[in-house]
Amino acid sequence: MTNKVCTFAVHLKGKNRNIDMTKKQKVRKEDAVVRFVGDSGDGMQLTGTLFSDTSALDGNDIATFPDYPAEIRAPHNTIAGVSGFQVHIGSKIYSSGDKADVIVCMNPASMKSNLKWAKPGTTIIVDEDTFTEDALVKAGYTENPFENESLTNYNIVRAPITTLTLEAVKDIFTDRKAAMKCRNMFALGMIFFIFSKTTNHADEYLAAKFKGKNEIIEANKKVIRAGYNYCENVDVQQTPLPQVEIETAKMEKGRYRNITGNIATAWGLLAAAEKAHLPLFLGSYPITPATDIMVELAKRKSLNCKVFQAEDEIAGICSAIGASFAGNFACTSTSGPGLSLKSEALGLAVMTELPLVVIDVQRGGPSTGLPTKTEQADLNQALFGRNGEAPCIVIAPSSSANCFNWAFEAGRLALENMTPVILLSDAYLGNGSQLFKIPSMKDFPEIHPPFAKENDPDYLPYRRDAETLVRQWAVPGMEGLRHRIGGLEKTDGKGEVSTDNQNHAKMVYYRREKINRLANRLPEQQIQGDEDADLLVIGWGGTAGALKSAVEELRNEGKKVAYTHFNYICPLPKNTGDILKKYKKIVVCELNMGQFVNYLRMNFQGIMFHQYNKIQGLPFEVGELKEEFNKILGE
Amino acid sequence: MIEHSKVELTKADFASDQMVKWCPGCGDHGILAAVEGIFPKIGYKKENYCVVSGIGCSSRFPYYVNTYGFHGIHGRPAAIATGVKMANPGLSVWVVAGDGDSTAIGGNHFMHVIRRNMDINLMMFNNRIYGLTKGQYSPTTKQGQITKTSPFGVLDYQLNPGELVMGVRGTFFARAVDVQTKQLQNVCDRMAAHDGCAVVEVLQNCVIFNNGAHKEVTDKETRDDNQLWVEHGKPMIFGKNKDKGLILKGRKFEVVTIGENGIKEEDIFVHDETTEDTGIHIMLAQMRPPEYPMVFGVIRAVRKLTYNNMFIAQQYEQMQNAKIQCVDDLLNSGETWEIK
Repeated sequence: MTNKVCTFAVHLKGKNRNIDMTKKQKVRKEDAVVRFVGDSGDGMQLTGTLFSDTSALDGNDIATFPDYPAEIRAPHNTIAGVSGFQVHIGSKIYSSGDKADVIVCMNPASMKSNLKWAKPGTTIIVDEDTFTEDALVKAGYTENPFENESLTNYNIVRAPITTLTLEAVKDIFTDRKAAMKCRNMFALGMIFFIFSKTTNHADEYLAAKFKGKNEIIEANKKVIRAGYNYCENVDVQQTPLPQVEIETAKMEKGRYRNITGNIATAWGLLAAAEKAHLPLFLGSYPITPATDIMVELAKRKSLNCKVFQAEDEIAGICSAIGASFAGNFACTSTSGPGLSLKSEALGLAVMTELPLVVIDVQRGGPSTGLPTKTEQADLNQALFGRNGEAPCIVIAPSSSANCFNWAFEAGRLALENMTPVILLSDAYLGNGSQLFKIPSMKDFPEIHPPFAKENDPDYLPYRRDAETLVRQWAVPGMEGLRHRIGGLEKTDGKGEVSTDNQNHAKMVYYRREKINRLANRLPEQQIQGDEDADLLVIGWGGTAGALKSAVEELRNEGKKVAYTHFNYICPLPKNTGDILKKYKKIVVCELNMGQFVNYLRMNFQGIMFHQYNKIQGLPFEVGELKEEFNKILGE
Repeated sequence: MIEHSKVELTKADFASDQMVKWCPGCGDHGILAAVEGIFPKIGYKKENYCVVSGIGCSSRFPYYVNTYGFHGIHGRPAAIATGVKMANPGLSVWVVAGDGDSTAIGGNHFMHVIRRNMDINLMMFNNRIYGLTKGQYSPTTKQGQITKTSPFGVLDYQLNPGELVMGVRGTFFARAVDVQTKQLQNVCDRMAAHDGCAVVEVLQNCVIFNNGAHKEVTDKETRDDNQLWVEHGKPMIFGKNKDKGLILKGRKFEVVTIGENGIKEEDIFVHDETTEDTGIHIMLAQMRPPEYPMVFGVIRAVRKLTYNNMFIAQQYEQMQNAKIQCVDDLLNSGETWEIK
């Protein structure tokens, strides 16, 4: 993919240089990556979202990824304050893309820090009005980059965005500050021109967002058009602007929307609550990048969703455990450091065998680490991070959109198996967005928690189903089922406190075996690609997009590569061992130092695994994956 | 609203079949007997009581009373109970916790559950020592006391739980004594009736590791002179001969004797548990011998909306009026488009 995109950019450049034409000629392309970068507060997230939504409405497949700093408003015009939003549009999109085809830079700092996302030929649009001496110094430039050779590999478009924005709205705003807020819309207008988009959706959005503030609506609309017209009228000899049409996606019929992983997760939990006919309780404490789940659910009181903002992470999970004991579908959302704080209580949920969903939107660690960046390094913590033998179900979504399905699945597994479930999402999935084919709730299964029957004379708190080993759920308020549970070891069946050594051994076994036996009721692991492939690529969780693209591209190039992606982590699908034995070469790719590959090594000894790890707080790039796979294939 | 029992319940309805494993002479036995006695009188359906505890000797309590019970982890019972009450507001939720659970490892939860006025009842068994770990000092241990972890005397300044409760503008605070069953039951009754977070500090004796910790106020010989049981609307009179009382002089209370220096009964300060201002209530919670008697009974009982009821009101409003009434509505809300 990287190569193809490169050709595209170089080709465009060539076109502008070599072909003498009076007006632009549109080029058709399968996909393109656009990156909007500027100061926090320049409105890059909104600009990016408007472009991706417009593209989606236009029939493109999309994926987006915001890249923002941990600071809310770092000093103006500094690298620390740069906020970005990447959009990948095309006919078939799995990830938010590697290097950018177009980068819009609203100031020198954003250009300086984003050149790493450019490749030879990338079109870089800059607001040249912002390249003042002061801003250059703040960005860390020692000389003006336009006056040396540092940008010769790129297609630089220097547009006077600030001047033209101010000019466009001079009749509307006398206040320069208000006018300056429209700059991002000028950039959006330019991008609309380049990608042959109409302004309809943006107009409608602005009209709704600023309802009642007609000046603002009018100004923004005017600036979008100013940006568009600027491109149309500019001399192509001097300002080499590409104009492209991106192939639309061949998508299944149906109703679509754009969705981020965190929203999809929140909605998946609501869906599980609805199918279980239980109120959803979320006890949480705000933490980046998981907060959006809580923020979304807090709005959903009308769906009988109870969000409790606790005093800390521990109270978050403990309130959820209390709510679960009292019969709600209980969840807690967090990120790595928060999961650490919840460890002891998670053990309590294991011991009391209560349904509970813990969502960990992973970020770079350890400790506070990289709060806004993605990583998959909490796997060990999810699998092993509790005192004693304390197995939980661990599952992971693999796209922003399928966070909905996996959150639903987490709820189903927790409620039907009376156990905590850890859902390992990550910052990339959670903040990123994708097209989402809107499902209908009638297509989702009912969830049947194993409720005890009132006044059942045979009820015992720890009596288990003979096959699944799942205990029953008797909820305070139910008649004839009063009982006590807690963190101390329980007697098999009766559930009284017990320190008996044989009983402890039995209960430890039951708790482990209950999780193991679940594998019998889970779908088998699927493989894409050849049965006799030379290389099996393995991934888990949020990396599916880039891995799938890399494998598909290699297969298109004639390489024999197979791919399998794990969503069920603990227990692993029953046929995992059989799959692993089939392939000569296996590479496990993950955004950590090798936690999943070591888990596989632990479970399936005697199999030789290659591993590819990246631990930079960034998602995989298709290019680097292909390079690595080719290397292994060639060995 | 918590549903009441249709049949009359007795103490036997709440007796569990578990062997009570507290030390002989432990104050917890008395508290257990008091609670088993008062639950039937409070009159809720027996399935509607839920007792939640943390870790420590006191926290074995749920196993010994036949209700729904949850034995949690150290310091967290208030957080667990919050979830129980929010999930099912039709339960009468009781937290049993020690001084460690409430003011040390769980101080954060204790403080916030009170601040929110979550409608639960917190019984804090204060024996001023860590008993189950065999005798280390707690935040409520007296400064200077020799314990296992303070062989040369405790350096920490002592924490007074009542001040903490007032500090976060708690709506109910009472104090009672483990072996003074009748008064303790009265307090429990009042807690159950209170809409909001009700806290009682029960002075409890640990016979093994801190015997006589509260002796100065609980000793049978002298307690009448050292305990002032307040009642709303009544003058603050105490003493073996009911002749001592408190008057407010300037910004300080003073102990006076009725009949001396021209003091009459009507001069004695009248207790108002309902005043929102925490000033007087803090002064009452702070008093201790030798200068003052220690104050017992309901010191503060203020009416204020509970978190639970406000939550339910918001929820009701949304469920009645919000456009989104099911997940399908939600999925199709906002910007969507059809691909044909």
